[in-house]
Amino acid sequence: MAASSTTNISARPSGRASAFWQRLRSGDDIAYVITLTCALTILAITALLVFELFENSAVPRDKFGWSFLVTSTWDPVAGQFGALPFIYGTVVTSALALLMGIPLGVGAAIFLAELAPTKISNGLTFLIELLAAVPSVIFGLLGIFVLVPALIALEPAIRAVLGWTPAFSGPFYGVSVLSAGVVLSVMIVPFIISISREVILAVPTEQREGALALGATKWETTWDVVIPFARKGIMGSIFLALARSLGETMAVTMVIGNEPKIHESLFAPGYSIAAVIANEFTEATGELYLGALIELGLVLFGLTIIINGLARVLVLSTTKKGAS
Amino acid sequence: MTRRIFIVNAALAAALTVGTASAQQVLINAAGATFPYPMYSKWFDEYHKKFPTVQINYQSIGSGGGIQQVTAGTVDFGASDGPMNDMQLKDFQDKRGSAILHFPTVMGAVVPTYNIPGVTGSLNFTPEALAGIFLGKITKWDDPELTKANPGIKLPSNNIVVVHRSDGSGTTYVWVDYLSKISKEWETKVGKATSVNWPVGLGGKGNEGVSGSIQQTANSVGYVELIYAVQNKMTYGNVKNASGEFIQASLASVTAAAAAMKDMPEDFRVSITNAPGKGVYPISSFTWLLIPSKIADPAKKKAIKDFLTWMLADGQKMTEALSYAQLPKPVIAKEVKAIAKIQ
Repeated sequence: MAASSTTNISARPSGRASAFWQRLRSGDDIAYVITLTCALTILAITALLVFELFENSAVPRDKFGWSFLVTSTWDPVAGQFGALPFIYGTVVTSALALLMGIPLGVGAAIFLAELAPTKISNGLTFLIELLAAVPSVIFGLLGIFVLVPALIALEPAIRAVLGWTPAFSGPFYGVSVLSAGVVLSVMIVPFIISISREVILAVPTEQREGALALGATKWETTWDVVIPFARKGIMGSIFLALARSLGETMAVTMVIGNEPKIHESLFAPGYSIAAVIANEFTEATGELYLGALIELGLVLFGLTIIINGLARVLVLSTTKKGAS
Repeated sequence: MTRRIFIVNAALAAALTVGTASAQQVLINAAGATFPYPMYSKWFDEYHKKFPTVQINYQSIGSGGGIQQVTAGTVDFGASDGPMNDMQLKDFQDKRGSAILHFPTVMGAVVPTYNIPGVTGSLNFTPEALAGIFLGKITKWDDPELTKANPGIKLPSNNIVVVHRSDGSGTTYVWVDYLSKISKEWETKVGKATSVNWPVGLGGKGNEGVSGSIQQTANSVGYVELIYAVQNKMTYGNVKNASGEFIQASLASVTAAAAAMKDMPEDFRVSITNAPGKGVYPISSFTWLLIPSKIADPAKKKAIKDFLTWMLADGQKMTEALSYAQLPKPVIAKEVKAIAKIQ
């Protein structure tokens, strides 16, 4: 379209200026310029963010170099900073959240989209979307007052079943990496459900009819035809959920215990990158300390890119397998 | 008709008075410590009622932020729970070309609080016990250091769970400043700052995070601000002071800590933790306003000086209603003299 109009206009003798106005009048170019500006603005904001994080963390980057990523001491008094316990806490809590959130979320989405009567489905979906709008500090309070006491009550049962693994050993004080993972999973489930449900509903009816006509049961149709068709969209919902759990601050800091140490047990307290930035930024003084917190922001940014990249590669490989 | 004209006239008159008032309005921006915020907000409000032309706008963004913003010159004055250190003073001098002055405003204290099933009364804590617990060396409630100080109270043989603040805070600063004074090991191993590398313990966000964790965790111990403990009716321990008495924190015993300071330095940058003297609660502290010694705008300079004078006289009478300890008389007298240093 654009190419043909260009040749038309350049054939006219009226010159470049009038060609420009001619093209502008068509409206296509205006839309092109406006949407391009929008896209570039987003790109510029991201680039500026990275630049600022990079620029303002110069002092600790010069001082610690790459060792910032692999050392575990966080001592504002001595000016010794290492990010490893925070990276560990962020990754482990998000992994736990996905581990619990994906089966729950996708299962609920399948029920709501395929199996439940429309009335129930619509009502429940409305409630779930409400859940997605609840501020994270509310989830944190829920975590402290409801979930942590519940986990304390459940602890003997968990220990009886899984106590032989190092992941469930040692003392349990309620606030822990496990609690943070559970709170995060509750927070991300609404995202997975509401997007996955939309995607499953968008699968063409012909697909279902075809499968049923071939003699498949309702469940076989759902599991073998509808879900593979919707896989990409479901994965998309999981990415969004992952992004939320990696960056979640308030709810995590309220239940994780805020101890910058790496313990092999999920019962032990931990710390996450977003939580330490929120906790210490207001009172941080001096270029090194502030810079170290800003560098943590840079690390979180990098971590998000790496994890999202890995997840995308994983999806690509599984969808290819599914297709062949 | 006449009524409508009257209304219009009245509105016009009102608009005019507002207009002339705002022409002389002095707007002062300040930022810093969160701990004295309820007091400051009350003071600035009362002061504005009394002198409507002066409006002081205070953002409680934290002591660290207060020091940074006053150094950067983005606010007219700052506020902090810990005095600025020598490096920060030099930084201010380099950036702004003049010195910064510290003015103590009110006093606060930090108290140990705990949750031991079966123990309801106030426990006695020796300095050695507090340092030992927070260093992770005293791990059980029936440790001799604790049982010796608490005759008649049966302490269980359970592991102690330590809870501390996870957010950078003036409360933490006062607590670790005290521990640094009474324990050589704490001073060299951990030190003092608004956030430190804790040897043991869980981190709770804010006073409410610490008290929440303590309430839910049996056999735990932590620290909160006195005001927070009083307002929430929490049980808190007595601490042995430098004279060997076990003292419960109260407004009187906190003021006594400042009154016991014999040689108050000229710049008021002084820690009064572990102060000597009778009846002194040892984990007490000032909180300060940070005021540049050179203020270019004459209207602002006058307003700030007038406010300080008022705060040290009428303002001090409002402290106890909000559970802050007021400054002792000699400190007030010394501060009144120091106001003249603002040029």
